[in-house]
Amino acid sequence: MLKNVNNSWQYQTSQQLTNTVKILVSLKRVIDYNVRVRIKPDGSEVVHDGVKMSINPFDEIALEEALRIRERNEADEIIVVAIGGQENQQQLRTGLAMGADRAILVETETELEPLPVAKALKALIEREDPELIMMGKQAIDNDNNQTGQMLAALWDRPQATFVSELTLSDGKATAVREVDAGLEVIKVELPAVITSDLRLNEPRYVKLPEIMKAKKKPLKTISLKELGVDSETQFTVISMEPPAQRPKGIMVDNVAELVQALRDRGLV
Amino acid sequence: MSRVLIVAEHNGNELNPSTAKCVTCAKSFKPDSIDIVVLASDGQKIADQASTLSGVNTVIKVDQATNSAPLAAVLAPQISELASKYTHVLGPSTTFGKDLMPRVAALLGVGQLSDIMSVDNAYQFKRPIYAGNVIITVVASQERIVVATVRTASYTAAESTNQATIETHSLTVDLPKHTQFIELRSSIGSERPDLQTAARVVSGGRALGSKENFKIVYELADAFGAAVGASRAAVDSGYVGNDLQVGQTGKIIAPDLYVALGISGAIQHLTGMKDAGTIVAINKDNEAPIFEIADLGLAADLFSVVPELVEQLKE
Repeated sequence: MLKNVNNSWQYQTSQQLTNTVKILVSLKRVIDYNVRVRIKPDGSEVVHDGVKMSINPFDEIALEEALRIRERNEADEIIVVAIGGQENQQQLRTGLAMGADRAILVETETELEPLPVAKALKALIEREDPELIMMGKQAIDNDNNQTGQMLAALWDRPQATFVSELTLSDGKATAVREVDAGLEVIKVELPAVITSDLRLNEPRYVKLPEIMKAKKKPLKTISLKELGVDSETQFTVISMEPPAQRPKGIMVDNVAELVQALRDRGLV
Repeated sequence: MSRVLIVAEHNGNELNPSTAKCVTCAKSFKPDSIDIVVLASDGQKIADQASTLSGVNTVIKVDQATNSAPLAAVLAPQISELASKYTHVLGPSTTFGKDLMPRVAALLGVGQLSDIMSVDNAYQFKRPIYAGNVIITVVASQERIVVATVRTASYTAAESTNQATIETHSLTVDLPKHTQFIELRSSIGSERPDLQTAARVVSGGRALGSKENFKIVYELADAFGAAVGASRAAVDSGYVGNDLQVGQTGKIIAPDLYVALGISGAIQHLTGMKDAGTIVAINKDNEAPIFEIADLGLAADLFSVVPELVEQLKE
């Protein structure tokens, strides 16, 4: 049954006539945005014990956008995906409470590099056949900014990264991208990978009734192995340290002192 | 035996200075050769500029009509076709390189290293994580091509003292047609220094309060001969365009002088400018975190002191 006759892009292919239009959103569990990150004394890793964990804020923005697309009747089903240990259920439940329909946890105890993550998402695409894969442009823990681009390459499909505005029509997505030179507009054929920038939207707050409802939504676990993906590693972290600190500065009392200090440094 | 390929960033006309910074990064691990690939619709002028960079052996020019816009999906297959002869493929950690290099890596079946800030040897690098709050040392497998982006704020540009060979290559690879460039909207006028490469930058934050008030930032920038930047709050509030944002998700810069006006100093902003030579902060709130990293701080109302500062600089 077609519900929205004004929305032409759902009519593009016969496949879309018979199937539901799905959006897959990948959520990464990271140390919360507001936590001041500390390194363990032995320099082996960052302290996670007792630290608040959240959905990567960029991924939350991607999910919000997917929900808005569905609210415009341009998609039927939103699936949230997380990769990691069972603790990721927490972030998936939050995604379900925000409004996603079902969740998939790809279970692995190894912390994966972006390439195997992209391979796992590619394996899920083969099972789910979505029109859009959405995720944040980067995760605020490792700041890699790679997974979406790698997935698009493995899938041999378009990518629109760092997106701050997204519209869908006629089986294509028009994306406004935040680039160094300003705003770049590109048009990509669907299916495609979209990665979100900060200004794409402001995610909704989750209300208590939705949290209760989310507990009943389906959450399926599948192992990384079942997807046929190997947790290969190419890079080994051998040490962690805090960044070099800047020497303590001085406070000046007025503009004249500031100009004098700049003069002393040869800056004016 | 290491051989480096650097992907040139350009706007169709000029080579972006980020490319010369990648060359400096590559030189720091003393490879046997450094080549630059210029993918453009007509890349002669850009290739000429690239050939002057010291340390470069060969500039490979690939002219294709489809290369007129920097579309990762179109450029990546061309780079991956060339990459098999190299041990390292580097690009800048600008939005151009961040969009492109992971796609190149995945086509080559390898991972990618982001934001190299220093080099220990050809397979050992340092890079920032957690918005620059942690620096990690990473060892890359020697079995695979190292595809990486270079944090441009960590390197100076290679000098233009060279005359490398320019070779023209015709590629045979099929290019996708699923991605179409529409337009680039830029908010920066060309009369002002470029934020990413300027020696001096004056940035404004939320405390400016409006687009009109932001004028005062431009006035001080003019007095310093500086580029203009902004915090995320100022961009979100619509005072200036996104291309002026400095920080974790904007530009990461290292000018000689950085002046922060009415910027509180969130970690995400600090990560974009803390490599500056001298940091000056003017903020009404003397508890603002920006003062923790400022070399020179002035706790005062910017609307009263900035005009005075402009006057004194003009003298």
